[in-house]
Amino acid sequence: MSRPTPPTGHAIEVKGLHKSFGDLEVLRGIDFRIEIGEVVCVIGPSGSGKSTLLRCINLLEQPTSGQVLVEGIDITHPDADVDNVRRRIGMVFQSFNLFPHLSVLKNLTIAQEIVLGRDHNQAVRVAKDNLQRVGLLDKITGTPGELSGGQQQRAAIARALSMDPDMMLFDEPTSALDPELVGDVLAVMRSLAKDGMTMMVVTHEMGFAREVADRVVFMDDGLIVEEGPPDQVIDSPREPRTRLFLSKVL
Amino acid sequence: MTPRQRRRLFRGVLYAVLVAAIVAVLLLADWPKVQRAFFQLDIARDMFPEVVTRATWNTIRYTLLAFAIGFVIALALALMKLSPVAPYRWIATAYIELLRGLPALVTLSVFAFGIPIAFGWRFPFGTAGTGSIALAVVSAAYMAETIRAGIEAVPRGQTEAARSLGMSGPQAMTRIILPQAIRIVVPPLTNEIVLLIKDTALLFLIGFAFFEKELYSFGRDIASDTFNSTPFTVIAAMYLVITIPLTQLVAWLERRTKVVR
Repeated sequence: MSRPTPPTGHAIEVKGLHKSFGDLEVLRGIDFRIEIGEVVCVIGPSGSGKSTLLRCINLLEQPTSGQVLVEGIDITHPDADVDNVRRRIGMVFQSFNLFPHLSVLKNLTIAQEIVLGRDHNQAVRVAKDNLQRVGLLDKITGTPGELSGGQQQRAAIARALSMDPDMMLFDEPTSALDPELVGDVLAVMRSLAKDGMTMMVVTHEMGFAREVADRVVFMDDGLIVEEGPPDQVIDSPREPRTRLFLSKVL
Repeated sequence: MTPRQRRRLFRGVLYAVLVAAIVAVLLLADWPKVQRAFFQLDIARDMFPEVVTRATWNTIRYTLLAFAIGFVIALALALMKLSPVAPYRWIATAYIELLRGLPALVTLSVFAFGIPIAFGWRFPFGTAGTGSIALAVVSAAYMAETIRAGIEAVPRGQTEAARSLGMSGPQAMTRIILPQAIRIVVPPLTNEIVLLIKDTALLFLIGFAFFEKELYSFGRDIASDTFNSTPFTVIAAMYLVITIPLTQLVAWLERRTKVVR
């Protein structure tokens, strides 16, 4: 599953990242790293820029200035092969974004076949392994519309995993779910983390962050305010803004 | 009067007016004349089977050919309208505005007479080809906007999911976005087929040889030969036999899409 260690040693490195939407500056200078195998949870109030930061890492948003290096490759460079970098980064969205016109199986195989060039049988094998892993092997012939929200999100995780990514980005993966469906999705993510997957998770689930994260990053108003191990950032934050935020969500 | 009585009275008046109008039509119309002008059985009988085997069949053929060609042009125009390259957007917009702004009969004349006379050049498949291509060019302008709206109706997250899996822009468009967009635009495009069927009547302008005549040319020529309007009654019936089931199909497709989405 893992690839040879890239020269720099960082899975993701963000330098001096700024992002504006029109006059609104959403990211105001972010410097940030994720090491290989590390699980980083990004927390913060809505509008703090945490989702934008995540989306800049696979260029779903184009940074206004600054650099984003993925496995040492500067993907903000004009000559960068963005598609090639994206296929190594799995992305999980708040709204799942399964392809509704395709079966669950086809959702998992289509990119393997047309992006990675895997033959159909191999793609199906990989898809089955990953559906098994998220507990949805029995839904393989169904369509996304027949799945519950939690099942859709687990299928979306399996879809991303089927590309054998080096790292996974999660953009508020449980925020659109009914409370009773959150647990299954978090369980899948927990097992991924245990298997050593490099993960960046934008989340409101403090329990998950405390339990699974190697490091927690608190963002507010387009800046990283505080970062460190979860017991430090969540349980004894130094910054007043972090304390204020946590007092509201905990 | 209570409100209830007033409502009753109003409704009574509505029925009375209706009955009076029907009685007036029945009494005042010259029914034998109507029958002679529109419903002469022997004239109608003489039109069969050609009105079905040739004229209706030709109408369907021209419609399907025009739709097929028009759809391809429309898809190209829709993609051009969404292109990041500004001149493509301008060209598509100019095409759409020009051809939607002109009467179809004018466009058809340009194709039937203007271009062949100016360049000494003929469209493939003779007059039938000329007519179908001209109709395709017109309907493409309308279909392009429909298809563009369909593409834009697919949620942004679909493109993002496709791109985040490493698909290229064209791959995401052809494998993920267009299949969903086409599903969305099936009802309006079916409606466009109904419009096309009716527009094939304009092809009389070209002057078809007998075996190429579509419904309207066919009926019109017999009407002028016999000096009688019965042929129009027959072809009107033929049009309705095709169009009414199709409009019902559109209504059913629209209901079904609403349930699914």
